[in-house]
Amino acid sequence: MSKSILYDATLCIGCKACEGACAEHHGLPYNDAIAAETKQSDHKYTVVLTKDDKFMRRLCMNCQDPTCASVCPVGAFRKNALGPVTYDGSKCIGCRYCLQACPFSVPKYEWSKTWPLVRKCDMCADRVTNGQPTSCAEICPTGATKFGERDDLIAEAKDRIAKGEGKYVNHIYGVEEVGGTSVLLLSSVPFETFGYKTDISKEALPMYTSRVLEKLPDVVLLAVVSLGGIWWLRNRKEEVAAAEGHAVPNKA
Amino acid sequence: MAKVKITFWRVILAILMVAGAYATYIRFFKGLGASTNLSDAFPWGLWIGFDVMCGVMLAAGGFTLTAAVYLFNLKKFKPIVRPTVLTAFMGYLLVCVGLFFDVGRGLVLWHPLVMWNPRSVMFEVAWCVTLYTTVLSLEFAGVLFERFKLDAALRVQKAIIIPLVILGVVLSTLHQSSLGSLYLILPNKLHPFWYTPILPVLFFLSAICVGLAMTIFESSMSAKHFGKQLELPLIQGLGRTLLVMLSIFTVVRFEDLFHRDALRLLSHGGWETGLFIVEILMACIIPIGLLLIPKVRENPKGLYLAAVICLLGFVTNRLNVAVTGLESSAGQHYFPKWSEIAVTLAIIAAGFWIFALAVKYLPIFSHEPIRAAKAQEEELIAPREVELWNAQP
Repeated sequence: MSKSILYDATLCIGCKACEGACAEHHGLPYNDAIAAETKQSDHKYTVVLTKDDKFMRRLCMNCQDPTCASVCPVGAFRKNALGPVTYDGSKCIGCRYCLQACPFSVPKYEWSKTWPLVRKCDMCADRVTNGQPTSCAEICPTGATKFGERDDLIAEAKDRIAKGEGKYVNHIYGVEEVGGTSVLLLSSVPFETFGYKTDISKEALPMYTSRVLEKLPDVVLLAVVSLGGIWWLRNRKEEVAAAEGHAVPNKA
Repeated sequence: MAKVKITFWRVILAILMVAGAYATYIRFFKGLGASTNLSDAFPWGLWIGFDVMCGVMLAAGGFTLTAAVYLFNLKKFKPIVRPTVLTAFMGYLLVCVGLFFDVGRGLVLWHPLVMWNPRSVMFEVAWCVTLYTTVLSLEFAGVLFERFKLDAALRVQKAIIIPLVILGVVLSTLHQSSLGSLYLILPNKLHPFWYTPILPVLFFLSAICVGLAMTIFESSMSAKHFGKQLELPLIQGLGRTLLVMLSIFTVVRFEDLFHRDALRLLSHGGWETGLFIVEILMACIIPIGLLLIPKVRENPKGLYLAAVICLLGFVTNRLNVAVTGLESSAGQHYFPKWSEIAVTLAIIAAGFWIFALAVKYLPIFSHEPIRAAKAQEEELIAPREVELWNAQP
């Protein structure tokens, strides 16, 4: 049921039509100057990177167990059952823990605004909910960006690697990274070439904090009882003595 | 002489306040981009690394001392409860102000109280800040009730003080450790000198060390500026406890480094290694070395020196976790803009100013506690104290 985007860098021609379609769908400006920008930002949710004759896209990976959703103190981020990770700006307090915590450093901030929001690709959640593909997949002229069922796309990617006769790096980026993502990448050059870390945790990052957080109720209860007990042991004699108006040792 | 000194500090205060006010204007009317050197690659800077991380840490004397006096019944430390609770209260108020500057949408800073996400460490932090600031204000309220002779209110406050103290210690434990837990989500970003699954434990243990060191530091400061200080045996007791706690912290810190095989990174060199060594020397090795010498730990100046070095060492630690340890993975250096520094200095100056006012007009150092400290013999012959004395086995 979960949808995904498969981006095959070997099919990409670097036309940047996906950048333009993304900007249009999200109501962002797009012109030659913005097309030349090579960094994701609050006005550019996806970029096509070029190195020699190789290309690579960057966009929100829309993680299966998103770190941003787990760290957000107000729950502004949600993982849609269909795949997209969405953001509700009306909840946001602007702590920027999502920027800090995202393993792919995807969320961007509106630094120049006085009432800023976090900005990122939301895998065209509105379109996907209506049964349409993402705008980047729809416009892609070569099929480099393909939209479909996650399981189908993983099977297809495996098939392409197997039949590629060594054309591809033998790795589908996004199947295991941080517990899996809804964006899958195929490449003919090492993923590090374009800044994708491959030594990244295979475990979903929210586990790293939930292991601690789930112990909190136990710690609180234990601490209250222990501290109360210490107070009782250390002060009880005096309380009794004060109440009864005589010194404690008489009873001992 | 005294007048000149006061004027000098007032001038400094005025300059800091004007600079802070201008920086505040830029922050709220031009945005975070104009007022800070923060960026998408470096979203947290001085306001989080120093104002919040160090502010909360330096407030740790509050829960350490209230636990010692009210729960462990170490009555001899009672004279310093009020100044340390006041420091903690100031610390937390300033942390709240710092947070208001740092978050992009300060006016909805209350959202975590109604929009819950219990999976988030930041959610826990938000609740801890709110609740512990409330507890501190109630703990501190006793001073105001006493000053304005609100006897009924004072009686109520005294009746609930033990549950309050327990709540305060629990909230502090959670808050101090959760500031470390915030960074557990960065296993691939924070440098291995500082990233460890036991970050919350290290943050908690170091907070206790800092609480003790701050109390020694404050006692010396108040001796200098308010002519009020603690009896020497008390500071010596704090010094000995600090030595034990620092030793425990150091053992845990090195056990962790050893088990994670992080010490081998020392041979890689680089500025992270330099900062790590500075931190370990100032937070652990030098203070422990100093306190191990009887002449140093029995002497107020020696204790003051050890405490200050230790405090600077742990400030370095917090900044390493929050700022410098993240620079490599962010791929860029961060140094705060003048306006970030101006806001931080103005907040600190305001803290000192409010502290001085409180000491001047409220019974912080005076009254029963100081008498108890100064006249131990008197205490011993007081009827109730005789009972207590006899109660000792």
